[in-house]
Amino acid sequence: MNAIGGRPSPAGGNNASGFLSRYAELRDSLPGDVCVRDVAAAQLEREGLPRREVEAWKYTNLRPLWDTSFAGGSAVQEADAGPVLDALLSTLGDENAASARLVFLNGLLSDGLSRLPGSVTIRRTVPQPLPAGLHPMLALNQMLSADGVAIEVPAGLDGGRLLVIGLGSAEHAPADWHARVSIALGAGASLSVLQIDQGTGCYLSNAAITVSVAEGASLRHARLQRDAASAMSFALVHAQIAERGSYDVFNLALGATLARFEVHARLVGAQAAVHVNGAQLLDGEQVADLTSVISHDAPNCNSRQTVKNVLQGRARGVFQGKIVVARPAQKTDGYQMNQALLLSEQAEIDAKPELEIYADDVKCSHGATVGALDEEQLFYLRSRGVPVPEARAMLVQAFLLDAIELVQDEPFRQVLDDAIATWWAGRAA
Amino acid sequence: MPAVAETISTVETLGQSTYKWGFETAIEMELAPKGLNEDIIRLISERKGEPEWLLDWRLKAFASWQTMKSPGWGKIGHPPIDFQDVHYYAAPKKKDGPKSLDEVDPELLRTYEKLGIPLKEQAILAGVEPPEGMGAAAADIDDEENAQRPDRPRVAVDAVFDSVSVATTFRKTLAEAGVIFCPISEAVREHPELVRQYLGTVVPAGDNFYAALNSAVFTDGSFVFIPKGVKCPMELSTYFRINARNTGQFERTLIIAEEGASVSYLEGCTAPMRDENQLHAAVVELVALDDASIKYSTVQNWYPGDAEGRGGIYNFVTKRGACRGARAKISWTQVETGSAITWKYPSCILQGEGSVGEFYSVAVTNNHQQADTGTKMIHIGKNTRSTIVAKTISAGRSDSTYRGLVRVLPKASGARNFTQCDSLLIGDQCGAHTVPYIENRNMSAKVEHEATTSKISEDQLFYCRSRGLAEEDAVGLIVNGFCKDVLKELPMEFAVEAQKLLQISLEGSVG
Amino acid sequence: MSQFLSISGLRATIDDQGSPKEILRGVDLEIPAGEVHAIMGPNGSGKSTLSYVLSGREDYEVTGGEVSFEGRDLLAMEPEERAAAGVFLAFQAPVELPGVNNANFLRTAVNAVRRARNEPELDAVQFLKAARAEAKRLSMDAEMLKRNVNVGFSGGEKKRNEVLQMALLQPRFAILDETDSGLDIDALRVVAEGVKALRSPSFSALVITHHQRLLDYLVPDRVHVMARGRILKSGGPELAHQLEAQGYAGFLAEAA
Repeated sequence: MNAIGGRPSPAGGNNASGFLSRYAELRDSLPGDVCVRDVAAAQLEREGLPRREVEAWKYTNLRPLWDTSFAGGSAVQEADAGPVLDALLSTLGDENAASARLVFLNGLLSDGLSRLPGSVTIRRTVPQPLPAGLHPMLALNQMLSADGVAIEVPAGLDGGRLLVIGLGSAEHAPADWHARVSIALGAGASLSVLQIDQGTGCYLSNAAITVSVAEGASLRHARLQRDAASAMSFALVHAQIAERGSYDVFNLALGATLARFEVHARLVGAQAAVHVNGAQLLDGEQVADLTSVISHDAPNCNSRQTVKNVLQGRARGVFQGKIVVARPAQKTDGYQMNQALLLSEQAEIDAKPELEIYADDVKCSHGATVGALDEEQLFYLRSRGVPVPEARAMLVQAFLLDAIELVQDEPFRQVLDDAIATWWAGRAA
Repeated sequence: MPAVAETISTVETLGQSTYKWGFETAIEMELAPKGLNEDIIRLISERKGEPEWLLDWRLKAFASWQTMKSPGWGKIGHPPIDFQDVHYYAAPKKKDGPKSLDEVDPELLRTYEKLGIPLKEQAILAGVEPPEGMGAAAADIDDEENAQRPDRPRVAVDAVFDSVSVATTFRKTLAEAGVIFCPISEAVREHPELVRQYLGTVVPAGDNFYAALNSAVFTDGSFVFIPKGVKCPMELSTYFRINARNTGQFERTLIIAEEGASVSYLEGCTAPMRDENQLHAAVVELVALDDASIKYSTVQNWYPGDAEGRGGIYNFVTKRGACRGARAKISWTQVETGSAITWKYPSCILQGEGSVGEFYSVAVTNNHQQADTGTKMIHIGKNTRSTIVAKTISAGRSDSTYRGLVRVLPKASGARNFTQCDSLLIGDQCGAHTVPYIENRNMSAKVEHEATTSKISEDQLFYCRSRGLAEEDAVGLIVNGFCKDVLKELPMEFAVEAQKLLQISLEGSVG
Repeated sequence: MSQFLSISGLRATIDDQGSPKEILRGVDLEIPAGEVHAIMGPNGSGKSTLSYVLSGREDYEVTGGEVSFEGRDLLAMEPEERAAAGVFLAFQAPVELPGVNNANFLRTAVNAVRRARNEPELDAVQFLKAARAEAKRLSMDAEMLKRNVNVGFSGGEKKRNEVLQMALLQPRFAILDETDSGLDIDALRVVAEGVKALRSPSFSALVITHHQRLLDYLVPDRVHVMARGRILKSGGPELAHQLEAQGYAGFLAEAA
């Protein structure tokens, strides 16, 4: 309870000054409306990046962001990236490899490597005006974003599957990019977005994703975050879901030294649904944070969350999940479960599942458990002849199962399963 | 009209008339001038006949308070408090000390009678002849009468009236057992080594804004010392009452249970109805050594303000217990029905191996009340265990928040925590919030947390009504059932009182 | 004659709120190859502890004595090594493994053990065939293979699942820890058949039970009475009948 609300004034100079001075240099060369960027810059000038005194950043220290001097994103040749992409696709199975895809190289959309879908409209975009009081990472994104796409599925259409692949490479100096993705589904439309982020070197990937789901539309979004070991990986989703619409998102965090996947979802129409699920498997000195704010603004909506952390080494997992039920949101059904498995003496989990409820006819609950592998289960497996590493793997897999099985896209779930198996094989060795 | 809507409308009519402890006692008061500065602190210290070290301690606390800001993270809102517009010292004016009950100001006795505490009835009370110094008038109570009525639960009471402890009962019986139970101002004089050894060791003078304020200006409170191996022969109890206008109450309670000792302690609080807000900033420190056990129960019924949110007590309290010894146990139980604002987090520092912390809480808010309350369980030692059961009930236009921290440090192998937070909303203009923090740095620790929010089900209400219960009684019954896990932790004689309080807080004019 | 299982002077403690509590106080027991032995005794006599110590549970600390299994020091082996060597414990209360598929679990276990025994591993098809066949023989619903290990199983289903595992793992020494408790007569027969099916000159079993019933099906070669952490008396199958008639109390008084 050493939490203190409000925004602190950046002590000891502005901690966003590196980003701000780069903006000053690039201001006139960046695409789009400069006013929109100036608003964001003014905010960062005023407030800097949040420190841990800010409640929402209590458990995730952004210090590495201002301690690293980033040099922007260097251009990557498609010829260099092609083999990397092919290697990735070859591991994803036929169905995924054959799907439409958008490929970003260091935050810039690659026309040559992308394969555009049929029924979905893809447009290049630049930052659009957003209300004042931006999320700090969104402000940073808005100020420096160099490329982005708007994905639109017209009403009534099934947009099928779309892979969004982000490949990063920063071999020489720390790089940063701030990609922008907006996904809009017309009434009754549907789409499955499968996102993979990976790379090499030290970089900051700070994506901002806007989701708009119209009446009766359904968006499925699963992400495999396998960023480079020394990368900082941020993805911020703002979603708005209309009547009977649904947004179903899953984030599997395996990579990066510092990561945060953050979802702000608003259920603005009756009977809308949102599911924010995820798993974080961390080792070494990794810190990964899954933060969500789900706002029930309309009646009869439903939100579900299942979040798992598996922590090795000195890793730290963070889960912050807030459900806000506004006064009109009667008959809300909200449920949230977060569980953590600590596999080493030095691992740490910080969790803050939060309910803020202003409507009386609601059913909201959350549960949290933290613990080690169950010794009794482990012994049972061993007594049947299963060696310790295999027994642990089985139990960890079982622990993750009820989160992973929420990924509805079968071929992509297979990708996630494989990624977990690979991750685990890397530990056990 | 659906049953619930009817309930809501009846609840909404709850006005100030339902606060039955809202009487004012006409007693001559000695008031220090308003405002806070070093001179006031010196005055308080001098009035109390305090030693130099304590004055220094107060002044240091004051210095650190001046550098601090009032905490902004609670889910509570209030106009800024003008800390210079408060009397920091108010005491019933002493004529010559009464020599017998007859000489005691009858108003004071009537106060206790109205409080419904067993003082008057037992002919215990009266500021009969203070031992020395000013302020605390303590009375030795003849136990004979009590012996004639063995059926009556025996409760020793320390009554704190505004800033001053006015009476402590059953001293003789307690003294025979080796238990010290007296006003803290007296303990400073009579047992300075104990006070000095423990004061501020659980809640340091600069711990937080309100604790620092309390450390600077605390005027009285209870002191309890249970020596090694002693099981306190009776319940101990303190009744706090704010009476004077524009008075802050800053009591300080210190309870020490030595090795193998045990004690159950209860505090109750009331205040008169006033238009303006009054400040209450108490500090409670508990120390439990090896195998000691302290059970601390609170029934807080400060004036909550009227139906429009005028007046009421601002209750900013720091309560913390340290389980210093192995297998020590500290258990907090609270029933919070009063105050315009409640901000308190009775906590346990579980240092001793195998020590146990418990927090059982019912918080009821109605009208414009705001409560932000919960606990902190800090697991430091091996195999420490904690249990948190918090029940939150919001009605009217009130907001109630459970805020809790469970922190397991790296050495706390085998630590266990179980937390259950349940919220009940009555009406659609209130809010109920749950903000748990879970921080675990030990893999062998096991932490479980569950929270639910719901309303009283129409089915339950209908069932009760179809069996002939009036709707308000049905609500009371269901709410009491909802709180049962907490109420059963209260000492028996107060559990009944607490149940009645719940009913009154929620049902207003119906009761 | 080469020893099969030999327990001598076995002592073990469990941590009881910080201080060790001795449960086994010098157990001596010889089980030759091909024999079925029964241990009977009142609650708290140390029967289950003995089964846990033999299968390598870490909560217990062995403070004295030796156990050799086919000439190897059993106590020095990890639980999975014991399983690979052919020791099988049918648990009194098998733990639930939510999220772990029963078939997958069984196959992992069978192949781990086969690997350790230098036998070829079974592929999914081979395994399922074998598992289904065994399940059928034990009158188990093959659906059980698809469920999570022991999750939502009735008491009888859990015990059958233990016997199924035993059948598939082909142990050389099985310990049945009150596998008969809470079973109806049909389930009891299944358990007994499961053990009988394994009987051979190189298979032995130790049956821990309270009841004569199971012993009616599985006539033991020897019966041991355990109390206060030691074997008090050993005898033939008639000893079980004597206990049934006399009860432990009378018996213990006599023995004391």
